[in-house]
Amino acid sequence: MYDFAYHKPTSVADAVKILSADPDARPISGGQTLLPALKHRLNKPTAVVDLSGIAELKGIRRDGDKLIIGALAKHHEVAENAEVKAAIPALAQMAGTIGDTQVRNRGTIGGSVSNNDPAADYPAAVLGLGATVVTDKRRIAADDFFQGMFTTALEPGELLVAIEFPIPEKAGYAKMRNPASRYVMAGAFVAKTKSGVRVAINGAGPCVFRQADMEKALTANWSPDAVAGIQQSADGLNGDIHGSAEYRAHLVTVMAKRALANAG
Amino acid sequence: MPQVTLTVNGTSHTVEVEGRTLLVELLRENLRLTGTHIGCDTSQCGACVVHVNGDSVKSCTMLALQADGAEVTTIEGLAKPDGTLHPMQEAFREYHALQCGFCTPGMVMSAIDLVQKHPQGLSEKEIREGLEGNLCRCTGYHNIVKAIAAAQEVMHGRRAELAPAAE
Repeated sequence: MYDFAYHKPTSVADAVKILSADPDARPISGGQTLLPALKHRLNKPTAVVDLSGIAELKGIRRDGDKLIIGALAKHHEVAENAEVKAAIPALAQMAGTIGDTQVRNRGTIGGSVSNNDPAADYPAAVLGLGATVVTDKRRIAADDFFQGMFTTALEPGELLVAIEFPIPEKAGYAKMRNPASRYVMAGAFVAKTKSGVRVAINGAGPCVFRQADMEKALTANWSPDAVAGIQQSADGLNGDIHGSAEYRAHLVTVMAKRALANAG
Repeated sequence: MPQVTLTVNGTSHTVEVEGRTLLVELLRENLRLTGTHIGCDTSQCGACVVHVNGDSVKSCTMLALQADGAEVTTIEGLAKPDGTLHPMQEAFREYHALQCGFCTPGMVMSAIDLVQKHPQGLSEKEIREGLEGNLCRCTGYHNIVKAIAAAQEVMHGRRAELAPAAE
């Protein structure tokens, strides 16, 4: 790892000031993705800005028909939080399956969503529930947030502060893990919300995406049978030594059926 | 150089580190606590697991400076000063839950966190799932799981002494 300066601001304003002044500074929270990347020298920041001392980024609370989760919420906190379990059990369940115990004790929702790894779990929940990403500057709809592999609508120096999840009538998640790395080969998050049915697919493509055919079918008939005959196109999906694009396309339908079974 | 002040196994230390210094490097190289191992160095194997403020973490994937003000427990901090082993260590010995021993410190630290967070007790399946972040390349998992199952009975006060391993 190359050396870097270390800053630990105590407010969002101070963190943004440091990040804006230095385009090569990087924010860090749990560091479960950033530190392995730095060890490989994939990234050479001049400074890391540790967000863990910023109280404004913490906390999980329910506000009417929304669940608001601060960027610094660790995966194990989301998995075990009583408000999350009661309001969106599928989200708590998802958080409890990210990485392993030690990763869940450090990794944060803000880090995962900002990083937008194609094989990450949280982007599927954010897109599948039609959540709103709140930054220090603005509010971004999930449909506009995830833009491509490791790419989001966040601008340089812009910090994810919280995510607002609308509480759905029903929601479920299922994923197929790579048996060695445990990363998602293909996953599906299904939700029946006030603004309609949403289906988000992660792991299969370079970026999380919505499955319009399944959304249409589930709007008419919310059941695993409704998606059983829908074949995801393999065009543009990921193909590698772990599985071809066609295999992942097949998994999309299987995972959607399982997600619906989980949603009930 | 920046300084980090942390408590390790009950003793406060102030150490000068670089920004990039990892917690595991501070423990091993500055404090000479070499019971915490570096295995994969890619956050996968769990040989470097220690407790930070009561939670198990991979100390190869945390900056030393991120542990400023923290209470850290390593494998060296488990046994009593008179040498009496922690029930989990005793169980690993009784159940022969190690072969080469490289993964053992991390396994023991993860196992203690797992048991402490589940006072209602863990099934064999839950123990196996709970060890997802620790790899044993001797593949000695079977006895590790048996040791943890036995240790939890002592740790939760359901047995005064460790159940002996079958002959």
